[in-house]
Amino acid sequence: MIRPHRNHAGYWAFLLHRFSGLGLAVFLPAHFLVLGLAIEDASKLDSFLVWTEGLPVKAAEMGLVFLLAIHLLGGLRLLMIEFLPWRDWQKTLIVFAGGASVVIAFTFIVNAF
Amino acid sequence: MSGTWAYIAQRTSAMIMAPLVILHLVVIVYAVRSGLTAEAILGRTQGSLFWGLAYGLFVLAAAVHAATGVRVVISEVTRWRGRSLNLAVSAFGLVLLVLGGRAVAAVVL
Amino acid sequence: MPTMSALNVSVWRGAADGRFETFEVPHSTNQTVLDVVTYIQRLLDSTLSYRFACRVGMCGSCAMTVNGRPRWTCRTHVTKVAPDLRLEIAPLKNLPVIKDLTVDMSDFFTKWQRAKGRFAPTKTRSDPVEKIIPDSQARQAADAGIECINCAVCYAACDVVTWNPDYLGPAALNRAWTLQNDTRDGDQRQRLRAVAGDAGCHACHTHQSCQEHCPKNLNPTASIAGLKAAAFRAALTGKL
Ligand code: SF4
Ligand code: SF4
Ligand code: FES
Repeated sequence: MIRPHRNHAGYWAFLLHRFSGLGLAVFLPAHFLVLGLAIEDASKLDSFLVWTEGLPVKAAEMGLVFLLAIHLLGGLRLLMIEFLPWRDWQKTLIVFAGGASVVIAFTFIVNAF
Repeated sequence: MSGTWAYIAQRTSAMIMAPLVILHLVVIVYAVRSGLTAEAILGRTQGSLFWGLAYGLFVLAAAVHAATGVRVVISEVTRWRGRSLNLAVSAFGLVLLVLGGRAVAAVVL
Repeated sequence: MPTMSALNVSVWRGAADGRFETFEVPHSTNQTVLDVVTYIQRLLDSTLSYRFACRVGMCGSCAMTVNGRPRWTCRTHVTKVAPDLRLEIAPLKNLPVIKDLTVDMSDFFTKWQRAKGRFAPTKTRSDPVEKIIPDSQARQAADAGIECINCAVCYAACDVVTWNPDYLGPAALNRAWTLQNDTRDGDQRQRLRAVAGDAGCHACHTHQSCQEHCPKNLNPTASIAGLKAAAFRAALTGKL
């Protein structure tokens, strides 16, 4: 699995950031296409939204909300490191970012049902 | 040098997007709360200058951010670098911009 | 039969296409990983190649990969890294293996030069000595990174070096940052230019592997972040 030299908080934060970023980059075109449906006809978008009522789609959406939240919070952490003076509580920040992303994704799923 | 400007573009778009993503997350939770019908969404967005500007800027920044991000990932996991890679990711960014612009138009106009 | 106090040691033999060879080495108190390697070379197989000089953590020549992590071996105690008495000792990653535990450090030092990791004097010996205020911000930033011993542990730990062989790496960039904060240095603009871009500070992903593994507890990640911000500012004001 993860090699010993990579097994520390900063590297895990990097992995989360990279894979969430890749996931979002892949998802983005599809997201835009679906919203573009409304340009032709609002009912098309509606029938799509009905389809999204299903459980698997809801789960996938929660995943996407999580990706967006974790990429946002991880990104804020990077901007802090790169543009503000160094702080020694990096690990606390990483844990906070992970925890907050889970909370945001849960808020979504609780409201979705 | 192209690396420095790609970095600047990426971090600048990130700074622009940070508040917009927070807004977007709030919108998402609000939208699923109110049942998420097309009407519910469009009724609030259509003809609104605010949503048009906010999401227009969001799409622009996201296109730049995704293109520069993908550029780095590709250069690290493959041997593809240099001019042709820069052109390819610019094309990807442009596609995102067009698709996203169309989506914003669909929702706002 | 291995006794209770014998270490089971796998040591890399040969160049890149080599393999691990196992030795049994008696365990003793306060034994360092370098002691283990030296024992093998002195008593079990004199053809084993490795480097060391000072044995007290000053020269930076003894770094190896110990149980998967880059470490300075002269100050790494066996009990700390091998509670189960098993050691796997390999050459540093990200540098070409010459033989056994010795790697070719040329790339590492060449990049140090490419990052302009060299002081550029602005005065002669007839000028008065420059006053440096110890608690100024610049001096503190320089002081924070100045104890580097060139061991290349951070360089071996950095995945960006693996993925992008042109990347200057944490040590060279950390050195560049200390010089950018040296008010006596006269090469600031050229150096910033040398360390910007895809082969320089902007390639760093803030993994913090360098910081995690640096035996001197330096923080190259923070130094590189400083360079990124400086280059960002310089580029936007047309000074890069
Ligand atoms: S923080 Fe930067 S230099 Fe240090 S290991 Fe990570 S990528 Fe390499
Ligand atoms: S920064 Fe630390 S790990 Fe890197 S060469 Fe210097 S002392 Fe070694
Ligand atoms: S032998 Fe000099 S630092 Fe280890």
